[in-house]
Amino acid sequence: MSDSNKVRVGLAGPIILVVCIALVGGALYFLQSGMGGLSENLVYYMSPSQLMELGDESDDATVRLGGQVEVGTVDFDVDANLLTFVVTDGIAEVTVTCAGAPPQMFREGIGVVVEGQLQEDGVFHTDRVIVKHSNEYEAPVEGERASDVYQTLVMEES
Amino acid sequence: MKSFKWENAVGVFALLLFAVAQYMALFTAPAERHMSEVVRILFVHVPAAWIALVTFTLAFIGATGFLITGRRGLDWFVEASTEVGVVMTTLLITLGSLFAKPTWNVWWVWEPRLTSTATMLLSFVGILVLRSTVRDADRRAVFSAAATILSFVNVPIVYFSVRWWVTVHQIQSSPATVDPDMVFVLRANAFAFLFIAIWMIAKRWRIAKMRGLAETAPPLPPEVTA
Repeated sequence: MSDSNKVRVGLAGPIILVVCIALVGGALYFLQSGMGGLSENLVYYMSPSQLMELGDESDDATVRLGGQVEVGTVDFDVDANLLTFVVTDGIAEVTVTCAGAPPQMFREGIGVVVEGQLQEDGVFHTDRVIVKHSNEYEAPVEGERASDVYQTLVMEES
Repeated sequence: MKSFKWENAVGVFALLLFAVAQYMALFTAPAERHMSEVVRILFVHVPAAWIALVTFTLAFIGATGFLITGRRGLDWFVEASTEVGVVMTTLLITLGSLFAKPTWNVWWVWEPRLTSTATMLLSFVGILVLRSTVRDADRRAVFSAAATILSFVNVPIVYFSVRWWVTVHQIQSSPATVDPDMVFVLRANAFAFLFIAIWMIAKRWRIAKMRGLAETAPPLPPEVTA
C-alpha cells in the first residue's frame, strides 16, 4: 500500500484501453463507411419513388412515406375535417389524405413524414403526420408577426 | 476547515451568465418566422445537447487517463462527469420532446437521432449502475473506465446520425442557417451550460473523492468503533 492515490493497473490498464479503443474505432469505421448496408436498411421512411416501385407489395402494409408537400396541393375540408395534399420527391407524387386539422408547422413546401397505408385507389391514408423542418431558423421579415404566421398556416389558403 | 473552492466562483459566474442568457432567450431574441415563440426551447435544448456530448467526452478522457496512470482522481472524475452527462442528456431528451410536439407534431419518433440519443443515455446510466454494484474500489475503477470508453462510441454516433442516416431530426445548424441574433443568444446559453456543468462536475468530484477516501482508509482502531 505504497500509494493509496493510485490503483495498480500495471500492464492490464493499457491493454484494456487499446482493446476498448479498437472496438470503438472499429464500430465507428463500420458505421461511417456504410459497410453491411446499414444505411440502406436503416431507412426511417420511403420516398414517393420508392413507394411507387414497391407497387402492389405495399398494399395494406403500414409504411412511412417522406417527402415535400407540393406547392398548391394543400386542401383542408373544414366540414369533413379532412386534409389532402400531395407528397413529392421531385420524381414521383403521392396524394395523401389525413383525418384531422393540419399540424401547426405544416405548410406548402415543407418536409413531412406520414405513416399509413397506400390504398387501392392510389391514395395514401395516414393518421400521423410528422413535420420535418429544416435546420434554418430565421426571424420574421419586416412587418410580419410570427404569432400570426404560426396560427394561419394553411387555413388562409382554403 | 473552511477553504475557498474555485468551483464555487465558477458556479456564481455560471448562474449569473445563465440568468442573463435566459433573459435574452425569453425576451430579446427574435421569434422564429414559422415556429414563433416555440423556437425559444432551442436556447436550452441545443446547449444541453452540446454539453451532454462534452461531458461524456470528458468522461472518456478521464477513463483513458485512468487506464494509463491508475490515478484514483481520474476515476472520481469519470464518476462525476458521467453523472453530470446523464443529467444533461435527460434534460436534452425532455426538452427535445417538448420542442418536437409543436414543431414535428409528435412527442417522440424512433428515428436514428432520437434512438441513438436514448441508447447513449441508457449506456451511461448503465455505468452508474455498474459503479454502484462493484464493491471493490480498484475493480470498480477499472471496469467503469473500460465501460466508459465503450459507451463513448455513442457520442460520435449521436452527432453523425443525422448525416449518416435518414432521420426526422434536422442536421446540425450552423451560424449560416440561424438568425445572427439567435446565434449570439445560443452561444451565451451554451457557455452558461458549460460553466454550470464544470461547477457540477467539480462538486461531484469532491463527493466522489470523499467517498473514495473513506472507502480506502484503513479500518478504525477498535476503541473508536466500540
